[in-house]
Amino acid sequence: MPNLNDILILLPEFYLVAAACLLLLLDAFMKPEQRPVLHWLSIAVLLVAIYLVVAGQPSQAVTAFNGMFIRDGVAEILKVFSLLTTVLVFFYAKPYLQDRKLFVGEFYTLTIFAVIGIMLLVSAGNLIMVYLGLELLTLSSYALVALNRDSRLSSEAAIKYFVLGALASGMLLYGMSMVYGATGTLDLVRLHTAAGHTGMPHLLVFGLIFMIVGIGFKLGAAPFHMWIPDVYQGSPTAVTVFIGSAQKLAAFGMAYRLLASGLGDLSQHWQLMLACLAVLSLAIGNIVAIVQTNLKRLLAYSTISHMGYLLVGLVNAGPEGYAASLFYAISYAITSAAAFGMILALARAGFECEEIDDLKGLNQRSPWAAFLMMLVMFSLAGVPPLFGFFGKLLVFQAAIHAGYLWLALVGAVFAIIGLYYYLRVVKVMYFDKPVEGTEVHLQKDVSVRLVLSLNVLALLVLGIVWGPLFGWCQSVFVG
Amino acid sequence: MFNHLLSLLIWLPVVGAIPVLLAGSGRPNAARWIALAVAVLTFVLSLYMLPLYNAADATKQLAESHVWIASLGVHYNLAVDGISVALILLTSFVGILVIVGAWEVIQTNPHQYMSAMLVLEGLMIGVFCATDALLFYVFFEAMLIPMFILIGVWGGPRRVYATLKFFIYTFFGSIFMLVGLIYLYLKAGSFDLATLAALPLSMKEQTWLFFAFLIAFAVKVPMVPVHTWLPDAHVEAPTGGSVVLAAVMLKIGGYGFLRFSLPITPDAADAYAWVVIGLSLIAVVYIGYIALVQEDMKKLVAYSSVAHMGFVTLGIFIAFMLVRGSNNLDAAKLGMQGAMVQMISHGFVSGAMFSCIGVLYDRMHTRQIKDYGGVINVMPWFGFFYVVFAMANSGLPGTSGFVGEFQVILASFQANPLIAFFAAFTLIIGAAYTLYMVKRVLWGDITNPHVAEMKDLNGREWFVLGAFAAAVFALGIWPQPLIHLMDSSVTQLVTQLGNHKI
Repeated sequence: MPNLNDILILLPEFYLVAAACLLLLLDAFMKPEQRPVLHWLSIAVLLVAIYLVVAGQPSQAVTAFNGMFIRDGVAEILKVFSLLTTVLVFFYAKPYLQDRKLFVGEFYTLTIFAVIGIMLLVSAGNLIMVYLGLELLTLSSYALVALNRDSRLSSEAAIKYFVLGALASGMLLYGMSMVYGATGTLDLVRLHTAAGHTGMPHLLVFGLIFMIVGIGFKLGAAPFHMWIPDVYQGSPTAVTVFIGSAQKLAAFGMAYRLLASGLGDLSQHWQLMLACLAVLSLAIGNIVAIVQTNLKRLLAYSTISHMGYLLVGLVNAGPEGYAASLFYAISYAITSAAAFGMILALARAGFECEEIDDLKGLNQRSPWAAFLMMLVMFSLAGVPPLFGFFGKLLVFQAAIHAGYLWLALVGAVFAIIGLYYYLRVVKVMYFDKPVEGTEVHLQKDVSVRLVLSLNVLALLVLGIVWGPLFGWCQSVFVG
Repeated sequence: MFNHLLSLLIWLPVVGAIPVLLAGSGRPNAARWIALAVAVLTFVLSLYMLPLYNAADATKQLAESHVWIASLGVHYNLAVDGISVALILLTSFVGILVIVGAWEVIQTNPHQYMSAMLVLEGLMIGVFCATDALLFYVFFEAMLIPMFILIGVWGGPRRVYATLKFFIYTFFGSIFMLVGLIYLYLKAGSFDLATLAALPLSMKEQTWLFFAFLIAFAVKVPMVPVHTWLPDAHVEAPTGGSVVLAAVMLKIGGYGFLRFSLPITPDAADAYAWVVIGLSLIAVVYIGYIALVQEDMKKLVAYSSVAHMGFVTLGIFIAFMLVRGSNNLDAAKLGMQGAMVQMISHGFVSGAMFSCIGVLYDRMHTRQIKDYGGVINVMPWFGFFYVVFAMANSGLPGTSGFVGEFQVILASFQANPLIAFFAAFTLIIGAAYTLYMVKRVLWGDITNPHVAEMKDLNGREWFVLGAFAAAVFALGIWPQPLIHLMDSSVTQLVTQLGNHKI
């Protein structure tokens, strides 16, 4: 029987479920022109959730429902930043959705359900819980991708996402069953101890491989990256920004729970596998991005390469590496929210601002927008003093410390190649003349402008004062 | 406030760029005047630093230390020695002149141009102040962003190619340095340069690190064969960009050798000094010949910069042969000092040459030498300055160009007369390509009718070229204050060269 204490531990999650259901009801009884109220309510709901996560955080890691659910520092930091990036998503999405007649309540409720999925996933203490959280997240996401029902591109992306996602879930589940077979437990803590002296080590490693396929798919690491470009391009940009930011934190959380908490004893096996995934992701992401002309596709390939860097940190397989990767995931989520936020803010009714050429001469049309986009690009490229650089610094350091100097060097080489396509975006904005007859400018909506500016300036500020955030990342992996 | 003088020097221009930017395109004059005020204030502050700095003391001074990232032991550490002080003065001096030089030349978005210049200036001063390797790296890389914009927005027809090449080349060099620095950090537990200098390293480690540093700084200096970005960048950059690039940015490469390669990897640097010396001699002789055949004035001066920077690297690395080969500390000091004087002098001379070309370009919108001829007939004052800087560029005694080159040649003669023989080639080739250009541009009859319509210098141009000329003569006739300023720091550096780390 669940007792009150268990419920208190899960308070933020229960609260969000209740709030999401209420929002759904409210939406049903609301006139379309009242819908902005729903928008602000959803943002308030998420902000309250952040408060509940932080305020109710126990000083020690606690578990609920017989170890199914863990509430520890890792879960806290991941939840805070997933909620925060989702708040950003809501801010950026509103004018975009309104212009496209997609401003519906489902967007908000589905996104909140996906966030609940993320929260359960990153708090999972049991393989079943990992799977449940993941499914809640991905099922909501499939529907979100298909939000624009009349668009062929959107439906195609949703089908592709669904088929490949289902396949990956199947792989993951299959891997879990093998791990269960080899160790006899689904609980991550017990799994960790049991993995050391199982009678069937080969079966266990086999299960591990399948699980890594699932993780690779969720991260979007090559060679499991096929869905990323199409889904990023095909989804309404308001959904892409969610998939591209908050979900990367979830993927990190899943990788951490499965590999470090669950199968930490097998690290000598998965380190090399992750290193291979990292090299492939860096290569495919950075090289294929060079030839892209669509900004969303370019950012999709850039995501693949960034997941490569995240894996470079995980290869360390120690607290130092987890902290570096977590820091990288957070920095990427914030930067990517800003990048897609820029695309959203530059779009307007009947115009997507998706092609790189749409940004031509942006500096002459809207210097502030061009400046913000430039900061985002330099952060993605990892040029100091922007936030993105310090993430790279930390993952390289973690890899070198674990004896993977070659991996850091590979990462460095691909950082140079990657630099080119980020610079190309800056080039288009600053050095090219605007195309006659086009008008590209920032959204009039004050809240979008304000939040976007704050989001981008945070990249600069966090690049200079990144100590506290990194300290937080480190502290959750101690002990 | 003056406990944080170095911070103030770095952040005043960077923060000052914000009001310049906000002044907006609507009021270009406000932006110009604010930018000038910030640049002048920075220069005044750097002059104020001069009496506070005790040149007799070789230790780093005016130090500031704040914890930046506590858990990693990364510090925001600033301090200067004589070499840094000299380079900071050069930077803030040039900072004023590029703002004045761009006054009405830059018509599109002058506020953006001015603020990029100021940010660049602050970051370059930061490079010279940082005593923490990570902080150094941050400034070193961040500098690329404003320069990328400066060349790309206000540059010539092939500006996009040039600026991408510039950025990617430099980034390519420095990212390997970053990996090297992380390796060092994991070994020493600190990014502090003094700690890293004291860290014992095996020959194998030193060799790898030495080459990681070499790539980074060789691209920046630039040395043969990674110099190819420089002619492109110079030709396409706006005048102010070229001036800053030649006068200060290249020096950061030489400065990096002094701060990283020499103290951290002395044994590897000694073992591979021949590589650097060889490349420097190739730069002096071969690049000199390449400069001779250039048709474009900016390209000619760009190649001459590569050749002159060859003297800097030669002077730095010849010191190894002298200290470790024959324990000739005096000669080593002479070479090192020559390299430093050459850095400062080249800052003035190349900055002045590019400003001169800018003056011509603003009138004729061409940089081809063949389009000119007989300019002296219509622009006597310009002709005067042009000849002065040409003489300095070819190393005439009495100008700043002579001092450093002479010291380096003297020092290399004591190491190996053959090296001195090749180094001394510059006296002939340098004079040849510079004077040949002067002959074709200034002298002769006016063949191009547009030349006949050119007006002589206006007050603003007079001020810029006059300031450069004053510096060139001051340094040429009385180099003692500069040498004294850097003396104890150079001495300390030379003694460090003898320390084995294995």
